[in-house]
Amino acid sequence: MKIKTKIKEFVEQSREWTESFSDMSEKRDLPRERVRREEHMVDRLMEEKAGHMGLLKWRRLYLVLATVCAVTLIVVLLTTVAMLPVFGEHHEYMDTVAQYYIDHALEETGAMNIVAGMILDYRAFDTLGESFVLFTALNCVLILLRRDFQEEYRLHDYYDLTRDPILRRVGMVVIPCVVSFGVYVMLNGHLSPGGGFSGGAIFGAGLIFLSLAFGDDFAARLVSEKLFKGVAAVALGFYCLAKGYSFFTGANHLESGISLGTPGSIFSSGLILPLNVAVGFVVTLTMYGIYRMFRRGSFK
Amino acid sequence: MELIANFPFFSIILCLFSAVICSVLRGRGAKICTVVAESVLAILSFATLWYVHLLEKPVTFMMGHFPAPWGNEIRFGTLEAVMATVFSLILLCAVLGGSKFVNRDIFPQKINLYYVLINLLGAALMALIYTNDIFTGYVFLEILTLTSGGILMIREIGRTTLAATRYMILNLLGSGLFLLGIILMYDITGHLLMANMHASLKVLIAHGSYSLPLTVIVGVMCVGLAIKSGLFPFHSWMPDTYGFATPTSASILSGLVSKGYIFLLVKIMYRVIGIDQEILSVARNILFVFGLCGIVFGSVFALQQNNINRMTSYSSVAQIGYIYMGIGIGGTAGFAAAMFHILAHAITKPALFLANASLIEVSDDSPVFHDLSGAAHRNKTAGVFFTIAAMSMVGIPFFAGFTSKLLFSMASLGHNPAKTGLVLVILAISTILNTLYFIRTVIRIYTKRKGDLPRKFSMRAELPGWIAGVSLAAMNLFLGLNSRPVIELIEKGLLRFQ
Amino acid sequence: MRNLINNYEEVFAIVLFGIGFVTLLFHQNLIKKIIGLNIMDTGLYLFLASMGYIYGGDAPIYAENAGFYINPVPAGLVLTGIVVSVSVTAIMLSLSVRLYKRYGTLNLDEIYLEARNKINER
Repeated sequence: MKIKTKIKEFVEQSREWTESFSDMSEKRDLPRERVRREEHMVDRLMEEKAGHMGLLKWRRLYLVLATVCAVTLIVVLLTTVAMLPVFGEHHEYMDTVAQYYIDHALEETGAMNIVAGMILDYRAFDTLGESFVLFTALNCVLILLRRDFQEEYRLHDYYDLTRDPILRRVGMVVIPCVVSFGVYVMLNGHLSPGGGFSGGAIFGAGLIFLSLAFGDDFAARLVSEKLFKGVAAVALGFYCLAKGYSFFTGANHLESGISLGTPGSIFSSGLILPLNVAVGFVVTLTMYGIYRMFRRGSFK
Repeated sequence: MELIANFPFFSIILCLFSAVICSVLRGRGAKICTVVAESVLAILSFATLWYVHLLEKPVTFMMGHFPAPWGNEIRFGTLEAVMATVFSLILLCAVLGGSKFVNRDIFPQKINLYYVLINLLGAALMALIYTNDIFTGYVFLEILTLTSGGILMIREIGRTTLAATRYMILNLLGSGLFLLGIILMYDITGHLLMANMHASLKVLIAHGSYSLPLTVIVGVMCVGLAIKSGLFPFHSWMPDTYGFATPTSASILSGLVSKGYIFLLVKIMYRVIGIDQEILSVARNILFVFGLCGIVFGSVFALQQNNINRMTSYSSVAQIGYIYMGIGIGGTAGFAAAMFHILAHAITKPALFLANASLIEVSDDSPVFHDLSGAAHRNKTAGVFFTIAAMSMVGIPFFAGFTSKLLFSMASLGHNPAKTGLVLVILAISTILNTLYFIRTVIRIYTKRKGDLPRKFSMRAELPGWIAGVSLAAMNLFLGLNSRPVIELIEKGLLRFQ
Repeated sequence: MRNLINNYEEVFAIVLFGIGFVTLLFHQNLIKKIIGLNIMDTGLYLFLASMGYIYGGDAPIYAENAGFYINPVPAGLVLTGIVVSVSVTAIMLSLSVRLYKRYGTLNLDEIYLEARNKINER
């Protein structure tokens, strides 16, 4: 008896879902077809009960296996850790690569920040891939959540924070600080801690705060879709070409013709500064774009 | 250094750049841009192959101004060049052949995003093939994972989303384990470049220190990449993933993505750990056993399916098993057989998935066998392409599948007799099972129903599909009839792989 | 055992990794799985970061009166790792948004059972 009421509830619910959610497969359905499907679903649910029991049995087996797996993995890893080099000491292996970076980064890349010099010059290929990971993520989120071209698209009634006076006032003071700090971190990546990734994250957080405090419409007017796509493409394209040029000259033993400047001044260390800015824009736009997609599914 | 030595690096940058361009184009423009980029990629890869073949030694290419232990580098020999050439051709064929279905399955406003992801996937594959740095390998492996998830989830029906979720969770677990391996490896060697890692590992092994950490490293790396490529106990994501994706994605996922991971694993075995090490032979034996299980179970599951796409997916489980079996047999012959099978399967599976899609299209969009009766009469070309690919899968002489099976059995001889026996028995069993389920399907699609007439197709919509089908079939026949030079190239490449 | 105490930071990292792994394996709720993945990755990054540290070393940025610097390589690698994990989290969360819209639940078992029942989808 209980199952039947449950099934009824379920059918009611599924009707609601079919009405409220717009998926491609459901758009084509006729009403009669839907009724037939629901009847069929009741039959299937009765069958499914048996299936569910089967699943439960598998689940128990799975739980046992998973426990064994997890325990073994952790024990093995802990034993491994006990055999690794001791934490916090200078190891021999550091002498070859890491020590070289520490000794030569300043003269070879012109960056005060050894990590920035390492990721944007010595191991720049990884970082190129890394910014394209962000680009991939942005595209995947756009694929999954972008909704504004569908007919049934409507804005959801989110709780609108723009009516909140405190947030607006605080925002007026804080947002300029956050954004300028982000730009500062981006531009000083080769001199001090930070760089494109952290600066971009701060800048992006500022943009998100802006669109929370002053409304999504305001932010959308500020950063339109065209601007968004254009800046992202220019930043990534520049990154790609600049690094391509640097790899090409490096591999063919040509002079790159980019001076490293005086170490410590802001316009120094060759390509690292523009690359940091490009990376910063990519990170900013990715963060902001992901936020917009989760919030509204649209740039508007 | 000649300009031609830059081509591998150009091909990676080209794919990345064309992805950026596609992101600002509209659907059609993005498609044209992608097709052009992939064609150029194929030409560049072929030129690379020509170059390294004439040069007769692998080339190391500095990525940047700094030499080996400090900067990044890529390295390519004949093996890498063969892989890159075939992979880029298949990428091109899959994009061309599936473009009709892409337009059907995906919102018009999102088509350009699809091509962005395809380009990124191409770049990641090329980078995985060419890289000589293990951390670069990890980064591009993640790009490969995310883009392959992306081209899967772009078809917006619930089951595809569910399949994508499971695919992503398992794959991310795999990448986590792989990263753990890299971290441990860095902790004991202090290098990230494969050659230097190998040198310091050699010293460590000679001293006998760190034996447990090394075992753990080999273990987690193998498990991580096995999960990602869908070796037998971890194959559960495969059928849903391939079955519900749009045909282009299904072909790319089954034909290329899992092969990219396997290639990386082989590269790590050769270049980082050293193929003749004791630890590796244990790991290879385990992979061998799971590969055999995969062959048997994959074929049995495929036999049980009632849905042509799922059947083809389960047959992929079996084929991945073959590749791991080749790795397990070991020796240059075994690895060459595995590499050849990577090529053969990468050519055959996309053809099957594309033909499946065309057959399903003329059967009221139903992939169930019952509805597929006579599909080959309704769409004759798709029937022919399916039959050719199925014959290659079964292992009929003159097709690529036959050559790879021959290579497997030849490679197994002269090693361990138990292994030889196992390989031969399993090959026989799997051939029988393959024959059973493919013959059943071929008979089914050629059984005429009442009133089955050839459908009329518009030339314009079908032409790319035909081009793709014909070129895939031609490549298949080429590998089957003229396999000697390809095998020689692979063997030469393997000998100089280290 | 003494090594375990000496390597306490790595041990914590592995414990974090284990917590994440267990969360990933044992929970059927998608959000919890994502949290598990994140914890797992974080554990790995802690592991990576801790192996570059040297007692008393300075951050690898040139300074006038610095003694010696810690290993800069893991810092760069962790940066890459963090970016990857952010991207992965964004994608997984948007996948779960879509799954919730479609099936009304985040429990993977329920979603799976339900998906099998849908007739129109193949």
